[in-house]
Amino acid sequence: MSGLDPIASQSSPGPACAKAPRDHGHALSILHQIRHALGILIETGEETRIDLNAMPFGPGDLERLTDVLGRGEVQASVEALGPTLIQETAIPGVWLVDYRGTEDQRLTLHIEIALTPEILRPRPEDLAESIATLDSRMPRRDLEPGDSPPTS
Amino acid sequence: MAARKTPEKTLGESLRDHGLSRRGFLKFCAATTSMMALPPSLAPAIAAALETAKRPSVIWLSFQECTGCTESLTRSHAPTLEDLILDFISLDYHHTLQAAAGEAAEEARLQAMEANKGEYLVIVDGSIPGPDANPGFSTVAGHSNYQTLMETVEHAAAVIAVGTCAAFGGIPQAKPNPTGAMSVMDLVKDKPVVNVSGCPPIPMVITGVLAHYLVFGRLPELDSYGRPLAFYGQSIHDRCYRRPFYDRGLFAESFDDEGAKLGWCLYRLGCKGPSTYNACATMKWNDGTSWPIESGHPCLGCSEPSFWDAGGFYEPLSVPLTLRPETLLQAGAVGAVVGGGLAALARKKVKDAAGTRQPVTVEELEQKL
Ligand code: SF4
Repeated sequence: MSGLDPIASQSSPGPACAKAPRDHGHALSILHQIRHALGILIETGEETRIDLNAMPFGPGDLERLTDVLGRGEVQASVEALGPTLIQETAIPGVWLVDYRGTEDQRLTLHIEIALTPEILRPRPEDLAESIATLDSRMPRRDLEPGDSPPTS
Repeated sequence: MAARKTPEKTLGESLRDHGLSRRGFLKFCAATTSMMALPPSLAPAIAAALETAKRPSVIWLSFQECTGCTESLTRSHAPTLEDLILDFISLDYHHTLQAAAGEAAEEARLQAMEANKGEYLVIVDGSIPGPDANPGFSTVAGHSNYQTLMETVEHAAAVIAVGTCAAFGGIPQAKPNPTGAMSVMDLVKDKPVVNVSGCPPIPMVITGVLAHYLVFGRLPELDSYGRPLAFYGQSIHDRCYRRPFYDRGLFAESFDDEGAKLGWCLYRLGCKGPSTYNACATMKWNDGTSWPIESGHPCLGCSEPSFWDAGGFYEPLSVPLTLRPETLLQAGAVGAVVGGGLAALARKKVKDAAGTRQPVTVEELEQKL
């Protein structure tokens, strides 16, 4: 897999017979939904997730949507159960989260309207174990009584 | 495939044993939620339920079928998710997939039934020669399909009929129905039956129903044909991306005319989308690549009862014969309301056609051969 670019590339290829992808109007309705969710995020901090897999997109709809959203500065990847590719859009607070399987096939594609996508944050259960994890990784030095601590 | 009492481990424990991190589990839940056609906001609730879900025993019976349904599932392009769900169920009997053969295979089925009495799920693909049919049309281990089905479902928690053959009789039931093929729900009256129709069904829908059972410990809400509403609640037509063309009266008249090239509605080419309920328009096929209508082919209506006997696939049977093309165009021009009316007429037309069609006799068929 090369880089973090495949978010729109796995969308429908479109019918070979179509001269040019037509606008089926679905991208616009999602954009309105994102706009509404942004308002809620700004006002109350409440996050929204939109499952693009559940949308009856026609050929070109996903590309139209991602074109409007554009690309922001942040890209990230999480390796767990295959890669998850995260792309900030040009709209702050709007993220594309592309969940992929171990063979790089798309499991689902979400738009998250949030400060940071949930999958990037440590899980609370993992956070609770973090000090113990660090301790277990620190080099152990069994100090004799009277030894001075290491100086460098 | 040894039969066993389902182990006590929960799905959460089992996944962690597989080395799945908590982020991995979160991702699994996001994908499962999507697979179950539920809103992403439910993912945390799904995660909590899956964490404690218990592993069910599943017995898969194949009768008069082409193995397309099993192929659909096992060749699906979401191996991680499907594998995890399938790994998690205890698939104790499946002709095509199990290693055991002959008496050992049948013994595995009987053991699984005994060990999980009242709790196991039965999945059926294929139709069944009914009790009055010649049992010799389809047998397994010397037993008629009917006997095997009735014996296996007796202590089952529920039955999932996978594919249109098991759900509604399917191609084997096409007139003149030489084998007396019947559907599972024709025969099983005292157990909950879920119909996952489609020829074949969308693999994600098959696992979606299993996931629903794992998450909620019960079967999903069903429509009047026993199909899960989450996947069969809307018609193909209602979710079709070509719908705006239908509403404007813009129809392809042949497979290579200008309308076809411009991606217009396929209604006049025989599209059964208005009378067909399935999730193809959103879940799509082949790793979400496309689906029949997107590749320029009308919907055949393969998830509907009697689709095999409902007239020519390419005949616009659903267009009322009294309506001329100009009338349709005018109807389209006034928008979706009339469009909905036409769709309703189409649904009625398909029903009427199925109701009035005369059975073809074997003699007639032989004359034509
Ligand atoms: S008739 Fe078929 S192609 Fe036309 S909008 Fe309905 S489902 Fe889509």
